[in-house]
Amino acid sequence: MATKKKAMFDAVKTLETIEDQFEMLQILDQEGNIVNEAAMPEISDEELQELMRRMVYTRILDQRSISLNRQGRLGFYAPTAGQEASQIATHFALEKEDWVIPGYRDVPQIIWHGLPLSQAFLFSRGHFLGNKSPEGVNVLPPQIIIGAQYVQTAGIALGLKKRGKKAVAITYTGDGGSSQGDFYEGINFAGSYAAPAIFVVQNNQFAISTPRDKQTAGKTIAQKAVAAGIPGILVDGMDPLAVYAATKDARERAVNGDGPTLIEALCYRYGPHTMAGDDPTRYRTDEMDTEWEKKDPLVRFRKFLEGKNLWNEEKENEVIETAKEEIKEAIKVADDTAKQKVTDLMEIMYEEMPYNLNEQYEIYKEKESK
Amino acid sequence: MAQMTMIQAITDALRTEMKNDENVLVFGEDVGLNGGVFRATEGLQKEFGEERVFDTPLAESGIGGLAIGLALEGYRPVPEIQFFGFVFEVMDSVSGQMARMRYRSGGKYSSPITIRSPFGGGVHTPELHADSLEGLMAQQPGLKVVIPSTPKDAKGLLISAIRDNDPVIFLEHMKLYRSFREDVPEEEYTIELGKADVKREGTDLSIITYGAMVHESLKAAEALEKEGHSVEVIDIRTIQPLDIETIIASVEKTNRAIVVQEAQKQAGIAASIVAEINDRAILSLEAPVLRVAAADTVFPFSQAESVWLPNSKDVIATAKKVLEF
Repeated sequence: MATKKKAMFDAVKTLETIEDQFEMLQILDQEGNIVNEAAMPEISDEELQELMRRMVYTRILDQRSISLNRQGRLGFYAPTAGQEASQIATHFALEKEDWVIPGYRDVPQIIWHGLPLSQAFLFSRGHFLGNKSPEGVNVLPPQIIIGAQYVQTAGIALGLKKRGKKAVAITYTGDGGSSQGDFYEGINFAGSYAAPAIFVVQNNQFAISTPRDKQTAGKTIAQKAVAAGIPGILVDGMDPLAVYAATKDARERAVNGDGPTLIEALCYRYGPHTMAGDDPTRYRTDEMDTEWEKKDPLVRFRKFLEGKNLWNEEKENEVIETAKEEIKEAIKVADDTAKQKVTDLMEIMYEEMPYNLNEQYEIYKEKESK
Repeated sequence: MAQMTMIQAITDALRTEMKNDENVLVFGEDVGLNGGVFRATEGLQKEFGEERVFDTPLAESGIGGLAIGLALEGYRPVPEIQFFGFVFEVMDSVSGQMARMRYRSGGKYSSPITIRSPFGGGVHTPELHADSLEGLMAQQPGLKVVIPSTPKDAKGLLISAIRDNDPVIFLEHMKLYRSFREDVPEEEYTIELGKADVKREGTDLSIITYGAMVHESLKAAEALEKEGHSVEVIDIRTIQPLDIETIIASVEKTNRAIVVQEAQKQAGIAASIVAEINDRAILSLEAPVLRVAAADTVFPFSQAESVWLPNSKDVIATAKKVLEF
């Protein structure tokens, strides 16, 4: 008689025990109330205001970028509205000497790290000068190959460690990106070298039209850190204080030689995937949009700051006006930038041109002189 | 001078550059304590320490990303891909990333990286160890691709590759690692990248080749000499960029040429060399430029290597077709 064999090991329970470790860190609720005083980061009133200023500015930048894209005055653009906390508050925890290795949606972070707005617009249009960030600004151009930024970040972080610098390399990908091999290799390499890296996953629920639960059976993305043996943290990505606190904490561990951290910021993008024809109404419902709009990082942070008398409509309008003015100026600078020539592109291929380029250079120089 | 095998000359070049430049880092799978699966990095970790010579997790794509990141912090990475058949795992880091770094950053950043990797048939390796994939690399703007055929060339070219401020793919033919010794200067010296070497002078036919096929071509040239044909053998050494001047000067002298490669006919670099000759020296040609290459199949099961790999007999047969055209 066959009897049911008693399980020697409850693998399901092990999984559930691990997944339950990844509770979401939240400090501000939707109404702007502090719900986790113990996790509250040390941050001055001026810093709080500056963080709000940058988030409002970035929301305006998104609105204007979408509109400029529709007018044909910008090219490739991946909307950012909704992700201000996950993008701007992570960046706000960094120092000037840190490296930012962005994905294609992470233009705001490199702008706040020192990339002039006019260059960000040139990146969008497709002009090489957009990617030539100023000396001393430690950023790479936005990475188009999803995952590549993760393995490169492990390398930069190892470089920082070898140089003995008290700095970190931070990189960003999305929920879809966490399915890539380079995602895993990046966090695993950084872990094995205890390199000072911060890996952020902005889980905005969708990879173009594919919902997050089609990427993995894992309950969280943060728990993927376990596979690399590094700390992972799930944060409310619509809560600027939680995002800031988690990043600040990860940075401190990294510069103290304790290795990398994976941060999953649970957030939402209000707009389409990119402006290149994606239609989110095909895969998102109005209810879902409304629900997430209630969680808006600007709304809750505004309420929080108003409660402390640190913010008002006048301050907000001031930021909006400044943003619009600077955007207008930056577009003008982009317009006035000289058009690219094939000889320009040849000159930035190698330190010294090989014979084939040398030969072609003369041909194009002749063409361009006519 | 010292008598060295190619593998010894490679180790010597690595040691020379590690001494010269503290930014040179050597890393890969088993290159540290173990000294590499072919002993190419033997003794380097002991001499320079784990900070300079270190092992990595088993992941080629991660190794490529590591090299790119280290280069951005001012290092001069010399990573190893254990066998070049594994390059598919790291194609993005190589072709999609480091080859484009200078260009995509408008000249702000560069990738002074030298990827060393063994390849090549004739030693009965298992699957995907011996494939000739240099053709893939040669098609990527931003890369340089170097394939030495002698110990002396290997040392001088590797030192140049490491000093180059753009990415270089340095492919080492496994059959040539220990097949012969030659005098190699003990001091440092460089051989300019993109420069071919006339390994044998002749007046009736030019054989343009690289890698293990250099030696098959030299063997063929000797046999043809006995039949009264004077054959010039050009080892192109750098397959991208090509040394057009040396190739064309030779063809203009001999008026006949063949291109010899170990890779399949649809792969490698031979078609590109034929096209360059047709573009630049067609009026000098007494016969079409023919190719010696492997059959367009997947690299053979090891027992079939001897019937599949091109050898001196194939070179002689093709040379005669051109000489008797």
